[in-house]
Amino acid sequence: MNTQVLSKKDLLGRMTKKYNLIDHTADFGIHVYGSDSKELFANAAWAVFDIITEIDQLAGLDSCHIELSGDDWSDLMVNWLREVLYLWNGKELLVKKARILSLSETELSATVELDSFNPDRHVIKTEIKAVTYHQIQVNSGPSGWEAMIIFDI
Amino acid sequence: MEIKKIDNYRWELPKTGDMRVPGIIYATESMLKAEKQKEPLKQVANVATLPGILKASMAMPDMHWGYGFPIGGVAAFDWESGIISPGGVGYDINCGVRLATTSLLEKEVRPKLENLVNALFRGIPTGVGSKGSIKLSVPEEKKVLQMGSRWAVSRGLGEALDLEHTEDGGCMPNADPGVISQRALERGLRQLGTLGSGNHFLEIGVVEAIYDTPAAQAFGLFEGQITVMLHTGSRGLGYQICDDFLAFMTKHVKKLGIDLPDRQLACASIQSKEGMRYYNAMACAANYAWTNRQILMHHSREILYRVLGMSPRDLNMKLLYDVCHNIAKKEVHVIDGKKQTVCVHRKGATRSFPPGHEDLCDQYRPVGQPVIIPGDMGTASYVLAGTEKAMQETFGSTCHGAGRVLSRKAAKKASKGRAIHRELEDKGILVKWTGRSTLAEEIPEAYKDISQVVEVVHEAGISKKVAKLRPIGVVKG
Repeated sequence: MNTQVLSKKDLLGRMTKKYNLIDHTADFGIHVYGSDSKELFANAAWAVFDIITEIDQLAGLDSCHIELSGDDWSDLMVNWLREVLYLWNGKELLVKKARILSLSETELSATVELDSFNPDRHVIKTEIKAVTYHQIQVNSGPSGWEAMIIFDI
Repeated sequence: MEIKKIDNYRWELPKTGDMRVPGIIYATESMLKAEKQKEPLKQVANVATLPGILKASMAMPDMHWGYGFPIGGVAAFDWESGIISPGGVGYDINCGVRLATTSLLEKEVRPKLENLVNALFRGIPTGVGSKGSIKLSVPEEKKVLQMGSRWAVSRGLGEALDLEHTEDGGCMPNADPGVISQRALERGLRQLGTLGSGNHFLEIGVVEAIYDTPAAQAFGLFEGQITVMLHTGSRGLGYQICDDFLAFMTKHVKKLGIDLPDRQLACASIQSKEGMRYYNAMACAANYAWTNRQILMHHSREILYRVLGMSPRDLNMKLLYDVCHNIAKKEVHVIDGKKQTVCVHRKGATRSFPPGHEDLCDQYRPVGQPVIIPGDMGTASYVLAGTEKAMQETFGSTCHGAGRVLSRKAAKKASKGRAIHRELEDKGILVKWTGRSTLAEEIPEAYKDISQVVEVVHEAGISKKVAKLRPIGVVKG
């Protein structure tokens, strides 16, 4: 695991926000923060749906259980976000909240609260088409966890 | 990073470190010097490290930062010893453009332009979550994946000539629906005949200038003529196939012991079971994309008949050509005087086959393959023709579009407080759109100057200018 020196801006972001947007010419990504790994993964899923829709407007009407694995933290993060994004792109379900039940470097188990997309109730702000491995980073340091993920939009 | 000048339009990235071949970049000095080009150059170098790469890792003048491979990248790998990479094709497999010509002049369409743009906007499903007019069952979807455009034509959604004027006749024969996931199939069921969002569009244009009269005549283009252009791809199905295979190949590549500078470059030997599975899955998405563009063009044709009150014979709307931008293909090229079978990856690049090439239909064989280069929605698009020099230098490839220079966030910032649709209206361009931030993100200044990009490929000789088109009506997702 790398320990990174955070810039002032990043530190400020971490203290006040679950995530920050990263600007990228063709697409865009996020810096996500969490006090521990579970919070980091939950916040990453939250960030995806905060970007896609007005997340406060979602009702947690349904839930589903997700279990997946990865080769390392980065691979696990990409696989996790792929899975929650598929709920939207493949099944038109919007995620209100993710709860990480158990987590290791290679395994994740979670439940997510869902709302079925209804154009009368939901606004789609941005379309995220895919989660990429591009510049993927998951790091932990003395002050918590952070990840960088780039999306194709 | 050291760059050597070859001539005014070509630059060499010399072989260093793990690079197996040098990089060649098509650009002007000022394009190359732009700050933003540092990352794509690194990507050109990364691609040069992949096994089996031939001649050079190339980038077209519209290059920008992609994932793994740069967008605007061309790389060919030996068919026997080389690799195939989903990241070298991109998520939107066979994203591409097609251009149709009509018998109409601008002055005949202007009075009805608003009605026409509105009717196209209503009739062509656009935006996130839009559903197509075609209801597919899984067995029928599998036929689409195997037949490509021929499926649409067999259902009355097009004409035989449309197939002749589509790259590869709108069908890659190696498609195998048995190798794609349930998720990919599911996503493909609902989206056939939809435009999508982001940079996808339908555009009514006018031929503003002709640069090459014999080629323009062969392509059926004349000054003042109304054209219809479509830019879209394989929708969610293509994304899912790319995503599935990226996930799989990231693991697979470790077994091969290939040390990748970037995970997004994950690949497999073309000749391996895994490589062939991707090649056959990618072909499914390519065929879906051609069918999608064929259906959308057919619907547009019918809308034009209706709104303009014209018969098919009077409108004479013909497909000029359909080209793909994101694809990996088995092709034969001459390297060091010897014929060699290669797998050409074009990621944000267009095929540019020369006059006389056997893959071209009789109508275009004397002048070369039509190459369609869309610009941003407020400027211009170009029609070019393929050249012999492209065969010699770039595995028969050229640029694909303008290429972004502003991030979406920066574009939104630049358009704050502006009414983009009014600015376009002042230039004589009517635009209708779905997405809440689509217009802001797609403002003309978010893209490179298309004329400069086209000038580079024309001057470098890897395709030649035939005509310039000016947009007058745009429908966006």
